[in-house]
Amino acid sequence: MKIFVGIKQVPDTETKIKLLPNGAGVDLTGVKWVVNPYDEFAIEEAVKIKEKNPGTQVFAITLGPKQRASEVLRTALAMGCDEGVVVNSNIELDNLSVAKALTAAIKAEGACDLLLLGKLAIDDNGSAVGPMVAELLGTPHISVVSKLELSGSTLKVERDVEGGAKEVFEVSTPCVLTANKGLNMPRYASLPGIMKAKKKVLKEYEAEALGVSASTAKSKMASFSMPEDKTAVKMLTGDASAQAQELARLLREDAKVI
Amino acid sequence: MNKLVVFCEHQSHNLKRSSIELLQFGRSKNFHVVGVVLGSEGSAAAEQATANGAHEVLWFDDAKLNGYNPELFLTALEVGIKQSDARHVLAPASSIGRDVFPRLAARLDSSVASDCVALSVDDNAFVAKKPMYSGKCFAQVSLKDSPYQIVLMRANQLPVAAAGSSNAGAIKKAALPDVSLKTILKEVVKGASEKLDLTEANIIVSGGRGLKEAGNFKMLEDMANVLGATVGASRAVVDSGWVSHSMQVGQTGKTVAPTLYIAVGISGAIQHLAGMTGSKVIVAINNDPNAPIFQKATYGIVGDLFDVVPKLTEEFKKLLHK
Ligand SMILES: Cc1cc2nc3c(=O)[nH]c(=O)nc-3n(C[C@H](O)[C@H](O)[C@H](O)COP(=O)(O)OP(=O)(O)OC[C@H]3O[C@@H](n4cnc5c(N)ncnc54)[C@H](O)[C@@H]3O)c2cc1C
Repeated sequence: MKIFVGIKQVPDTETKIKLLPNGAGVDLTGVKWVVNPYDEFAIEEAVKIKEKNPGTQVFAITLGPKQRASEVLRTALAMGCDEGVVVNSNIELDNLSVAKALTAAIKAEGACDLLLLGKLAIDDNGSAVGPMVAELLGTPHISVVSKLELSGSTLKVERDVEGGAKEVFEVSTPCVLTANKGLNMPRYASLPGIMKAKKKVLKEYEAEALGVSASTAKSKMASFSMPEDKTAVKMLTGDASAQAQELARLLREDAKVI
Repeated sequence: MNKLVVFCEHQSHNLKRSSIELLQFGRSKNFHVVGVVLGSEGSAAAEQATANGAHEVLWFDDAKLNGYNPELFLTALEVGIKQSDARHVLAPASSIGRDVFPRLAARLDSSVASDCVALSVDDNAFVAKKPMYSGKCFAQVSLKDSPYQIVLMRANQLPVAAAGSSNAGAIKKAALPDVSLKTILKEVVKGASEKLDLTEANIIVSGGRGLKEAGNFKMLEDMANVLGATVGASRAVVDSGWVSHSMQVGQTGKTVAPTLYIAVGISGAIQHLAGMTGSKVIVAINNDPNAPIFQKATYGIVGDLFDVVPKLTEEFKKLLHK
């Protein structure tokens, strides 16, 4: 079986965001890039499947500027993926273009029985690329997966929906799944893992050669802004009873939210 | 008049508020609004759609669409959009919306703007505002160059006016074509809570490690019951196994923007703040006056939550006559 894991490089969650002049974008200088946290569940699941099914190969694939893309792929390789695929792109692409480039690279690498990705990327909360790639590959997809059982080519999959409910699906490979927290506990890369990762193959594609560029984008992001400043906090004084009473009154009469 | 398709999600036979927001928005921007309702349980929702701005409704009155199947929903929505000849499409950024519309966008060689919090129309093109980095900043997404303009909006972001009268005559039945299915929905396991999901809730009462142990979340549930609120949590308590991940608020949990967010025993780590600073009013209850949560709060109480929370619940009861 051949598994692909789609990974995005995102700023570490501790990052304080600064804007470029005129809100043209986000100032990304000095940002520490990490594997999108939800993609770690996808990597872990792929490696677990590989461990249970000898002969399985796991390819980690990412799109982005070569340097940071390669670094993030090394983490995936250190966690146990076999090979890395970088789709080099130095420009921000829209979700459809990213999906097209990833699909083209996956096709160029031959068959794909299972593509795993994170349920969303924590930078743009898009949750678009997984289902889009499924459409372009012509396979079914299930998103927000928190449980997966594979027997032969059949998958039993649980998907998390509103209110803590779960939808249970049956689907067969080839297919695309996006991972939610709860699916597994991602391992840390071990020292031997990190050493081995240095020797693993990283293949490269150019996004433009796969047919996507700034001119193929169907949506554009502009006019970035910071959240509006909140008015200063009003601290309530007195003992607990007085604080509680005054807060309830303010919420009802001033803020009018209850 | 430009045509606009609105995906009319319903639950327990009622049209969801998130869809009502979109129907009314479309009407206010002078679109010809077509509501698409899926499932044989959608008759009341179809009527409610006509009372909330839909000029017409396409109702796929088919029991196969009563549970969520990605392939069937995809097919029905594509038929709905093509039949109504619309180039503009709005849907809630819900579990279903976020699952099916990106795929539909790819089928239509289009882009999608998901998780948006404000929307405008500029020269026939949708321009949607969306939070980036879970709300650390915002961007405007223009869909001008997309053949189909598809926007997924978060709930509670657009105003809702009182419904008008419904018009059964505006409801047309539509048929679901045959699909050879690769995905089968086997069952739906209900969640522990029948409450509104965090992403749809108007009021959230959220607890952190300050609650000391899982059992103490009962205090927050009591307050939530009085307010009609949904209970949320910080990652620290989710990771401790006190509550389920579906309740986590933050950059690796849910991004929420209720009108009232009450943070109890939560310190206000950057990853937590990212998920909730879009809330209109924020209350922080914490015994540490230096907790960062106070910097984002509208109202703050420095005190022992075990003392303050029960008293506050009593005050809410009195005010709301419960
Ligand atoms: C990659 C990554 C992603 C993350 N994603 C998220 C996320 O999505 N959501 C999230 O919430 N966190 C996230 N975190 C974790 C985050 O950094 C914090 O660790 C977490 O939010 C802390 O939770 P807390 O506020 O409940 O606990 P603490 O920080 O321990 O705060 C507990 C608070 O309770 C107060 N307290 C204690 N006793 C009382 C009392 N009796 N009365 C009143 N107050 C009391 C304390 O003063 C303290 O401020 C993430 C971290 C990482 C590294």
